[in-house]
Amino acid sequence: MNAIAQNLQRYAPLLLLAFAWEAITRAGIVPAAALPPLDKVLTAWVDLAGSGDLWSNGIASFMRGGMGLGMAIVLGALIGVLMAWYKPVRIAVNPIVQFFYPMPKSALIPVMVLWLGFGDASKIVLIFVGCLLPVTLSAFNGARGAEEVLLWSARSLGASRARVLWEVVLPSALPEILSGIRTALALSFVLLVSSELIVARQGLGYMIGWLGDGGAYDAMFAVVMTVALLGFAADRLYLAMMQRVLAWRE
Amino acid sequence: MSHTYKPARGRPVLALDNVSLAVGDREFVSLLGPSGCGKSTLLYLVGGFIPVEQGAIRVEDKAVAGPGPDRGIVFQHFALFPWKTVLQNVLYGLEKQSMERQAREERARGFIELVGLAGFEDSYPNQLSGGMKQRAAIARTLAVDPRVLLMDEPFGALDAQTRSLMQGELLRLWRRSRKTVVFVTHDVHEAVFLSERIAVMSARPGHIKELVHVAFDKEDPELQRTPAFLEMVEHVWNLVRAEAIRADRSHRA
Repeated sequence: MNAIAQNLQRYAPLLLLAFAWEAITRAGIVPAAALPPLDKVLTAWVDLAGSGDLWSNGIASFMRGGMGLGMAIVLGALIGVLMAWYKPVRIAVNPIVQFFYPMPKSALIPVMVLWLGFGDASKIVLIFVGCLLPVTLSAFNGARGAEEVLLWSARSLGASRARVLWEVVLPSALPEILSGIRTALALSFVLLVSSELIVARQGLGYMIGWLGDGGAYDAMFAVVMTVALLGFAADRLYLAMMQRVLAWRE
Repeated sequence: MSHTYKPARGRPVLALDNVSLAVGDREFVSLLGPSGCGKSTLLYLVGGFIPVEQGAIRVEDKAVAGPGPDRGIVFQHFALFPWKTVLQNVLYGLEKQSMERQAREERARGFIELVGLAGFEDSYPNQLSGGMKQRAAIARTLAVDPRVLLMDEPFGALDAQTRSLMQGELLRLWRRSRKTVVFVTHDVHEAVFLSERIAVMSARPGHIKELVHVAFDKEDPELQRTPAFLEMVEHVWNLVRAEAIRADRSHRA
């Protein structure tokens, strides 16, 4: 009960913003074509949810995001840790990682369409490529920061070198990896929606574009709001999970 | 043996120069010297953490080639796995041995009790004081039953009261388990109180300047106030002082 009250207080500014939205659109300060009133957007949302469109497109987007991000996490963590542990891997991979890291991955959207078509594959691979490097770099930095005395302790307690990699280097890198994944999570939303906006036949980004083109602005805003809320919820959930996993740090 | 330290930048430094030392079975030997004399390096070489390049180190007639559970180590800053509880830390080495789960856990709990940490099995290192962390680290090392116990200024990060308490505890543990101990310290009083023999090391390049036999009745609670003890501290301190001054000069040069 207390937690609910606390959260209500914390997010009160958001509530105020919603009231302000309703007020200025109702008063006609902003034309309804530019920003439909909040209550109309909510009605449109209920319609979209009722027709099932929101769900089928939401699920399509979720699968794409989940698969792309999932692969990026597994492979990124692996590459990053191996880069820190084996010098040949570092020499071979590091320049490539450093070069592509700052590149805006949205530039790859047309390339992915060219290579993989209009369907799921082009989005999944785009998100995978975009999220891979933040995870890789965080794993690399985290693993490099693994304390020497911890590695030595594990070895003198009878662990093999391979075991040390799994049992000491990876957990040492975990706090950094988890915060790298948080960056990747936010990035996955950006890449997902923008790639679906540009070329797709399904997905929340596709819905936003299609509803907007058709002049259904109430519904378009409803989907934009959905994406915003999903992004927020994903980040909060992830943060809570991260705090649980890293409980030993307190 | 000798050891040359090769930094990533700059020229190689001779850290240990022709060190020769034989430690007896179940003996408690301290390596005492000013900071930078290479006493920790020597310990790491025995531990197998740094490869031996010039000369040889043998433990029970076997040349040291890498770390192993026959040589346990306790570090100054504890080196506990922070993501594991006290119990999980102590279990870590035991999991590497072929031992029944039940027996493993019993043994781990036994050692946690031995070092006085009963009730803290499920605490994470971050929730413990420095002294308690070092107790946990000692339990973790002793649990795998190493032949040799290497200690790298294990009480150097603790406050004075805790340090003196832990020194007493270590002697108690040593009397019980009678392991060979190689103990690195720069604290003369600590070395005289704990050791049977002290290897006083010179300033860099480190070599063994003098071996001092210390034979006191450790059971005597008044030991640290007896004239013989204080005389020994004075004697060893005089040996170290000259080296400390030399080390200080070369640092400033």
